[in-house]
Amino acid sequence: VCTSRFWFNYRHVANTLSVYRSVKRLGIPDSHIVLMLADDMACNPRNPKPATVFSHKNMELNVYGDDVEVDYRSYEVTVENFLRVLTGRIPPSTPRSKRLLSDDRSNILIYMTGHGGNGFLKFQDSEEITNVELADAFEQMWQKRRYNELLFIIDTCQGASMYERFYSPNIMALASSQVGEDSLSHQPDLGIGVHLMDRYTFYVLEFLEEIHPASQTNMNDLFQVCPKSLCVSTPGHRTDLFQRDPQNVLITDFFGSVRKVEITAETVALDRDLAAFESKFPEDELATEPLKYAEQLPVAQIIHQKPKQKDWHPPGGFILGLWALIIMVFFKTYGIKHMKHVF
Amino acid sequence: AAPVQVQLVVPVAVVFSRGSVPGDLPSPLPFRDAQEMEISVNLRTSVTSRYEMAYRATTAQEEAALAAATAREADAALHPLQDVSMGSLTMYVVPETSSLLPQGTSVYVGKHRSALVRAGGSLAALHTRLRQVTQVMSFTATSIAAALSDRVPDGRLSPDARRSLKSSLGYEITFSLLNPDPKSHTVDWDIEGAVNSYVKPVLDKLSLVANFSVDSQILYYAILGVTPRYDKESSSFLLSAHSLPHVINPVEARLGSSAASLYPVLNFLLYVPERSHSPLYIQDKDGAPVSTNAFHSPRWGGIMVYNVEAPASPQASLPLHVDVDMARVMEVFLAQLRLLFGLSREELPPEFLLESPGNEGLADWELDHLLWAHTVENIATVSTTLTSLAQLLDKIGNIVIKDDVASEVYRAVASVQSAVAKLSMGHLHSAFQASKEAVTSSERAFFDPSLLHLLYFPDDQKFAIYIPLFLPMAVPILLSLAKIVRETRQRKKEPTKMD
Repeated sequence: VCTSRFWFNYRHVANTLSVYRSVKRLGIPDSHIVLMLADDMACNPRNPKPATVFSHKNMELNVYGDDVEVDYRSYEVTVENFLRVLTGRIPPSTPRSKRLLSDDRSNILIYMTGHGGNGFLKFQDSEEITNVELADAFEQMWQKRRYNELLFIIDTCQGASMYERFYSPNIMALASSQVGEDSLSHQPDLGIGVHLMDRYTFYVLEFLEEIHPASQTNMNDLFQVCPKSLCVSTPGHRTDLFQRDPQNVLITDFFGSVRKVEITAETVALDRDLAAFESKFPEDELATEPLKYAEQLPVAQIIHQKPKQKDWHPPGGFILGLWALIIMVFFKTYGIKHMKHVF
Repeated sequence: AAPVQVQLVVPVAVVFSRGSVPGDLPSPLPFRDAQEMEISVNLRTSVTSRYEMAYRATTAQEEAALAAATAREADAALHPLQDVSMGSLTMYVVPETSSLLPQGTSVYVGKHRSALVRAGGSLAALHTRLRQVTQVMSFTATSIAAALSDRVPDGRLSPDARRSLKSSLGYEITFSLLNPDPKSHTVDWDIEGAVNSYVKPVLDKLSLVANFSVDSQILYYAILGVTPRYDKESSSFLLSAHSLPHVINPVEARLGSSAASLYPVLNFLLYVPERSHSPLYIQDKDGAPVSTNAFHSPRWGGIMVYNVEAPASPQASLPLHVDVDMARVMEVFLAQLRLLFGLSREELPPEFLLESPGNEGLADWELDHLLWAHTVENIATVSTTLTSLAQLLDKIGNIVIKDDVASEVYRAVASVQSAVAKLSMGHLHSAFQASKEAVTSSERAFFDPSLLHLLYFPDDQKFAIYIPLFLPMAVPILLSLAKIVRETRQRKKEPTKMD
């Protein structure tokens, strides 16, 4: 999730796209990735190289390419949508690619970047998500067993404050800086004119470049990435809610996708003659109309929902009392006899 | 997780044929008995199983049916004479010397809901055998633990338990043909015919469990992510067992799924290797080639490699036309489908003989097995969902529950209570339907879009917003009030002053 917009926040978009690329390279398909970006960099009128987003100076690596699938773009990246994706409370008309269809065996990686403060993260310069809301959303996910294990990485200023309030089991969190510290950006590119990446994400990506789908590197190595000498801020992590020892957790458990596989040793004995007899179907059974595209969604149910009539309620006690107080004070102060002059 | 106490009742009829009645019966036939067992999954979840046994002697018709030559014929003849309600079982005890069962087998399990059991001499031996059979045909402690797998502490589940799919209202099945080398092979597969002949009977039988939708597609230039090794001895290419997990991911990116449905997808892939990598065999852990040339991944689907024979003459014109033998392919895919649902026939004692269900894909008692597990899973899911919804309401005091959410919750509670009641009466079919309704209602209530906790402001935020507005406004009001009070007091004193 990239929570910033505007040209000068180029580095947040580049951060997110680089992590997206690494995760895809290690095997996770687009159907399992929900990418939320403001997506206003590549086609920004201030971009000297249109349709590209670079993550390395001297324009070495274009992370935008032509197979980037952005699920929530531009103004759809809101706190509400983010929480809806996490908790699953999504309107029924949302397509499959915009949903988090995880179950109790899924490991989820959440990467967030943007501008943050002590206990909050700013979304698109107009709203915030607090660490309490995030912790509550994770608890809702845990109650419904929407994850097996969750890795939360955040690259913002004072990032460690965002994971302070987590209380659900099986969560591991990494942040780029402690409370009171700022996360700094890595390097400006003089051709493009903005900073291209943040330091923490840059070093995390360097680390990930050495991981391949079968590698056995564990989480303790990830915790060592970007020490204070390189990062200027102090990265932090939190593993007390996690049941396994980080030494035993492989990087590919979260960043890649290695499925458990079994050899099929049994077969079903099929009777071919029986089948041949059954396939002589009467032709009229195949005369059903093919489903039109629109019929796959409950369109009738969606467009015919009348807006609920809001019943008029008389003003409640607090407002009535307040107005009574104001009017009483007014007339007591200025006297009833002035009423005819006032009105 | 919410506490769950469920009693599963299985009505079993034990029918003694002539000459098989053991000498030490506690009372003369017919009589009834019940055996209870507790399966405790964790501290707050317990499932008790109660087998209600009704012992009786055979009727004349049943005796005539048991006089058949083979067990299969006997089973077919006995089928119309049985009580066929779901969840109930019938055991026919045949004399120890009977030739109906082959040498060495003591139990024959039929396609429907009955079994032939060889008498063991004493009642105790018979009881042990009966208990084994009834557990295989209904549910075992392992299968119940698998159904409640999210409550079992990790590490105590057997590999079987981790394999099966979660209970869902529907599944999407997609058959894909992967042809990485269209220049060499033109592959034709009659998938529609195969689905109609082989897959539909199985899905029709499973239609009680869930809705199924079937699609198929052909993908060209889809390669496996792993390069197979060339083995000189067998002059073939080999995929080793430890490289199999990496095969799936590159392909998965290209498999689509229906945009509108939210059901879990089961993918069955048929891979026709390129000319340059033919023939391709899959090796198991010991290095031996796998007879089915297929592997599957739990909760995902299966892949089968279909080798095309090399053309007889090296000058044969490319592309070669390949007609896929759909029956052979479907034998493997349907076996994988069974395994994905958790129906495996591997770990049974050797003296059991199981009748093959033929084209239907699964026997009636296997369907019951699935239904028992799914019903228990559904009930556990509903209780967890409703409890967590109640906890959410406790936490956020000013949440607004709309009328339709409330009615869904009431419906879910009523359905789950009815499901538990029906389970304790032994009506499996109606218990399963009730549990499905309960799951639908509870999911709809829990995932209603209006319950987003973001929409309800915590109290400290309300103070933070209203105090800066009202405090400055309140200052002149309070001062004026103070002035009024002072004036009133002064006026009260004035009459005394004026004198």
